[in-house]
Amino acid sequence: MSTATTTATHDHSHHDHHAPSGVMRWLTTTNHKDIGTMYLTFALVMFLVGGTMILGVRAELFKPGLQLMKPEFFNQLIGVHALVMIFAALMPAATGFANWMLPLQLGAPDMALPRLNNWGFWLLPPAAILLTAPFTLALFGIGDGAVATGWTLYAPLSVQGGIGVDFAIFSVHLLGISSVLGSINIIVTIFNMRAPGMTLFKMPLFAWGWLITAFLLIATIPVLAGAVTMLLTDRHFGTHFFDAAGGGDPILFQHLFWFFGHPEVYILLLPVWGFIPHILSAFSRKPVYGYKAQVYSFWAIGILSVVVWAHHFFTVGMPVPALLYFMYSTMSISLPLAVLFFCWIATMWKGSMSFETPMLFATGWIILFGIGGLTGLVLADVAADAQYHHSYFVVAHFHYTLFAGGIMGIMAGVYFWLPKMTGYMYSEKLGKLHFWMTAIAFNMTFIPQFFLGLAGMPRRIPDYALQFAEFNMISSIAAFILGLSQLILVYNIVSCVRGKGEKAKDNPWEGAQGLEWTLPSPPPYHSFTEQPVVK
Amino acid sequence: MVGKRLRIAVMSLAMGLWSVMAWANYSWNFPTPATPIATDTLHVHNKFMIIAMIIFFVVLGIMIFSIFNHRKDKGFKAATFTGPSTAKQVIWTLAPFALLLYIDFILMGIPAYHSVVMMEDTKNGADMVLKVTGMQWRWQYEYMDGYAKGIKFVSNLATPQDQIDNKAPKGEHYLLEVDEPVILPVNKKVRVILTSNDVIHTWWVPQFGVARDAIPGFLRETWVKIEQPGTYRGQCKELCGKGHGFMPVVVNAVSEDEFKKWADAKRAELATASAGADKTWSKEDLISHGKEVYEKNCAVCHQLDGKGVPPAFPPLAGSKVINGPIFDKDGKLIANSHLDRVLNGKNVMPAWKALLNDVDIASVVTYERNSFGNTMGDMLQPAQVKALR
Amino acid sequence: MATETQHYYVPNPSPYPFILSSGLLLLTSGFVFKMNNFAPGVWMMFLGFLCVLYVLFGWFGKVIGESESGQYREWEDKSFRIAMIVFISSEVAFFAAFFGALFFVRNIGIPELAHFDPSLTPYKGFTAIWPSAGPGGMVLGKLYEVAKFEPMKPLGLPAINTMILLTSGLTVTWAHWGLVKDNRRQLILGLFMTVVLGISFLLCQAYEYHHAYTEMGLTLGTGAYGATFFMLTGFHGFHVLLGTIMLTVILLRSINGHFKPNHHFAFEGVAWYWHFVDVVWLLLFVLVYWL
Ligand code: HEA
Ligand code: HEA
Ligand code: HEC
Ligand code: CUA
Ligand SMILES: [Cu+2]
Repeated sequence: MSTATTTATHDHSHHDHHAPSGVMRWLTTTNHKDIGTMYLTFALVMFLVGGTMILGVRAELFKPGLQLMKPEFFNQLIGVHALVMIFAALMPAATGFANWMLPLQLGAPDMALPRLNNWGFWLLPPAAILLTAPFTLALFGIGDGAVATGWTLYAPLSVQGGIGVDFAIFSVHLLGISSVLGSINIIVTIFNMRAPGMTLFKMPLFAWGWLITAFLLIATIPVLAGAVTMLLTDRHFGTHFFDAAGGGDPILFQHLFWFFGHPEVYILLLPVWGFIPHILSAFSRKPVYGYKAQVYSFWAIGILSVVVWAHHFFTVGMPVPALLYFMYSTMSISLPLAVLFFCWIATMWKGSMSFETPMLFATGWIILFGIGGLTGLVLADVAADAQYHHSYFVVAHFHYTLFAGGIMGIMAGVYFWLPKMTGYMYSEKLGKLHFWMTAIAFNMTFIPQFFLGLAGMPRRIPDYALQFAEFNMISSIAAFILGLSQLILVYNIVSCVRGKGEKAKDNPWEGAQGLEWTLPSPPPYHSFTEQPVVK
Repeated sequence: MVGKRLRIAVMSLAMGLWSVMAWANYSWNFPTPATPIATDTLHVHNKFMIIAMIIFFVVLGIMIFSIFNHRKDKGFKAATFTGPSTAKQVIWTLAPFALLLYIDFILMGIPAYHSVVMMEDTKNGADMVLKVTGMQWRWQYEYMDGYAKGIKFVSNLATPQDQIDNKAPKGEHYLLEVDEPVILPVNKKVRVILTSNDVIHTWWVPQFGVARDAIPGFLRETWVKIEQPGTYRGQCKELCGKGHGFMPVVVNAVSEDEFKKWADAKRAELATASAGADKTWSKEDLISHGKEVYEKNCAVCHQLDGKGVPPAFPPLAGSKVINGPIFDKDGKLIANSHLDRVLNGKNVMPAWKALLNDVDIASVVTYERNSFGNTMGDMLQPAQVKALR
Repeated sequence: MATETQHYYVPNPSPYPFILSSGLLLLTSGFVFKMNNFAPGVWMMFLGFLCVLYVLFGWFGKVIGESESGQYREWEDKSFRIAMIVFISSEVAFFAAFFGALFFVRNIGIPELAHFDPSLTPYKGFTAIWPSAGPGGMVLGKLYEVAKFEPMKPLGLPAINTMILLTSGLTVTWAHWGLVKDNRRQLILGLFMTVVLGISFLLCQAYEYHHAYTEMGLTLGTGAYGATFFMLTGFHGFHVLLGTIMLTVILLRSINGHFKPNHHFAFEGVAWYWHFVDVVWLLLFVLVYWL
């Protein structure tokens, strides 16, 4: 800890005088923890919203025939489910952790640009409103519902679509601004706010993961913004970016979308890859294995991720050299990922392991994300991709990466840091129950989908041929169990926030390392009024 | 306790994955291949799956071993290493990556390369060309050369709406049946050209191992060489709007002789249909034929009762366009009139000129003017439509 | 690292971000309503715009106040610098999307359209030349007819505009030297010239657009060429407009005696932005007008 003289005391005292209370505290806050809490709460709420939407879908797919909804509405549900889950649940959750933990882990007084930080958060609710409002508007006879093009917004279907597409376009714009602001803030915080002695290579991996994420966001989110802007002008202002008759090309949209879309999947996971090793290390009571190797792998993944995008549309018909290039470059991403897997397992190897809930999630996560990753590797094969593409095989692949790799990773983080953030311990028993219910129901939901895909069931269809009936039924039942299990998570979080349960120690985990554990649980409103000095 | 549950979970997981490899039973894997490329992709797929599973189980095995042995409650003391420290250790840690490099680019990379080259070889030695046009939500087929040259028809979903709405028991080929399957000769290399009239669709028959997008304004191609006669079913695979799930592909593969016979019969059928344009039809005949045409082609959007799905699809019942004149005083087609809209389309409404013959168009227009509560009472003769071509 | 005061300025709670977001919600949803012909759209946009305007004045006013009262020291200053660099990088990526679109339609899409088998393609006789407005035909049930148009030529106005922007890049730098030397006259004069050059650029651009629409038959709807031309130059022009407004603010602040030779992030941030706009223009000039 720094013993250097500080003249700061008189300065920061005046902040507290003005801090408004009640709603205004949250609307106007510039405190990184408040903002982090808002991000995390928003993410949880939107996760439930997005999940509820897809439960509607799974209910419709329970058996063949149209029972609950019209195909139009079905299409709206899947697209909004995906956009909500990705942009309003997973990304805000990761940003929430960044806000909460980065200043603590780096020994910073706050995020570097607190007001922009607040703006970054408060752009999200409007974006979510824009995305979902068309559902409600349609009830009043305005427009024909939300965006019904899937989350990929492919032209010309999206050029043809209704008012929901316009809302989605502006939603994406706001989400984009929010992500760019968040990234700026994180990059500046990491470069400029580290405590003395905290060199880049002493930062926790979480900071590294977020740094690469932020770079990727800066490089790709604006491209998505550009793409949807072109879509908007094609829809309303007579341009011909995506019309062959005007010399445009519908495939241009796919290139632009996936130039963003592929890096996006690593944007979602890099923060998780950042904190999982620390969880593994804490519960193995052993230092992180291969810290530098992991940092270099992050870089490699970041760089590779922007040059492989066309593996999402192998079936559009590209020249053979392009196909081969995108196939091999996609496959090469498995190399840095194998390094990460190796390091994760080596971190556990010869540790003294115990399996509290965060560790359960982290180990389960390795296995399940492994399945997602390995099926991704298989998808990269161009010729067989003709079969996999847009079939349920892909749906299963990306839920293994997004739900298992993303959401379950985030849950590991939630249980790991919940005591730190709230000051109370969650119920270990319920936490374990949550893990086992989630893991089992998740596999029951999505393993059948691999087989559905192989047998030839396309995705995004509201009704299907009879040979797919059994697997769909299993998948739907399990999806509801999966959904219900999440109520345990909600209960756990709420009871910690409301102060039920044991008080948490400063460091509730025997093996946890890092500056955040040197502070009380919960940390004071202003965490490091004096910067700690790291040896 | 945790260990046991973990073991059960892992076992069931393993069993689930293991069944992928039981490819003797195809419902767990790709359907029976019917073309060389499908056979090839199945083999590549199987190989990749086995490799992936071996990696999975090796890595998993190491992890499980560690989980069971290096535990605190067994009193295992944690080591402190953070990375390889000696040259020997470095080499050991690099070995798996060398192996992975080999797997990625040799073991998987080379067969994948051959499949790609084979798949994209659409032109060499092609025996015939079939043009496939996707549209919301049906496929149009046209034979560009060979014996069936010039034959052109639209292939619609044949499953009745009642089955979809659960009002009638579902048939065996629920959602995978069409009114007019496309007929192809076996053992001929067919070059399939794809395009679209509106949005992107994907023409996919799993047993052929091909899926290629139909992109409006652009031409894409793929090829099939069907080895066994039979009926092959597939579906549109790119989200293309509300009817995306109801856009099947059905291919009948027949012998060369049968193909020729079919072509002759089809040609004769098309000739009679267009000859119908020259005779004068009675209103009743027009309406009853029009009802058929309507149900097949128009009801997806405008609904059987003509009420549409506003605001996306306007109702035809009480429509101003329908309840208005078609020809002006001089007998010219009025712009934006009922017939103009049907022939030429507007926005999402397709242009039916090239898809339906004169009789069909005249009938459906007559039907619409006298149904859903529309009481124009007039009729349109096929000859009048023919005169506008 | 200096240890005397490790205090970082964390601002008080502020209502501006929330108001700004609400304003943007009104603005965007109003715009959607307007585009789809629902009546309250324009009013929502107006209200939203007022919110945004209010925040612009309030927030920037506050920041300027904090800056002038010496709340920002080296540490904060460094944050702002990194932030500005990252922000400009994101702008680069935004323009890259449109340059990418230009590259794609020109070098991949159009040649492909022109080289399809003439017995199969609907676009018989279409040749791959650039500038191109495409082959024409039906698009989603609307007939698109290719109108005759004249492409933009690099010489003339665009060349003059290039000179204008390049000169303006020099004048801000000259103004910066003035600021560093504490030569206020040079600072103000340099900034004033830059603003004037920025405005003249915009006027030339406006004239060029007018000319394109009224005499050359070149509009946003002129196929791939019109779309890429107007979107690229349009977004660039919009950035020049923003830059000019920011420069004007900096000019007014300079006149009011703001900025010190060793402390003037706002000036530098705007200058960087201006150089960025400059570089984008050079790319535009070469890739859009010239080649
Ligand atoms: C976070 C999300 C995420 C992640 C991490 C990934 C990771 C990967 N994905 Fe996936 N992908 C998606 C999300 C993700 N994907 C989504 C959302 C889609 C569909 C989008 C849409 O169309 O809507 C998609 C679709 C998709 C496709 C397109 C399929 C199609 O539509 O035709 C392809 C094709 O190549 C692909 C490949 C890959 C590859 C090679 C990886 C690689 O990064 C994987 C690398 C990892 C490994 C190779 C594992 C290595 C591990 C070991 C070697 C050790 C093994 C250990 C154990 C098993 C314990 N993905
Ligand atoms: C992070 C991303 C993410 C996450 C977490 C999920 C989570 C889930 N997804 Fe999603 N999904 C996508 C990303 C994600 N998905 C994407 C990108 C697509 C592609 C879309 C497209 O085609 O464009 C997709 C598409 C998709 C499909 C394919 C639709 C189709 O193609 O027709 C299916 C089908 O089963 C599905 C299922 C599920 C299920 C069962 C969950 C479950 O894990 C959800 C579990 C959670 C809950 C069920 C919430 C539980 C809450 C309650 C029960 C409480 C309710 C109470 C209140 C609201 C107060 N998803
Ligand atoms: C892909 C969906 C679709 C199909 C199939 C379709 N229509 Fe339409 N139809 C539309 C849409 C959308 C409109 C509205 C067009 C507009 O004004 O923008 C429309 C408009 C019309 C109108 C004008 C109605 C009015 O009041 O404006 C008529 C008449 C019509 N269709 C007849 C038909 C006939 C006859 C068929 C079949 C042979 C058919 N439609 C098939 C989508 C469809
Ligand atoms: Cu056509 Cu999906
Ligand atoms: Cu990808």
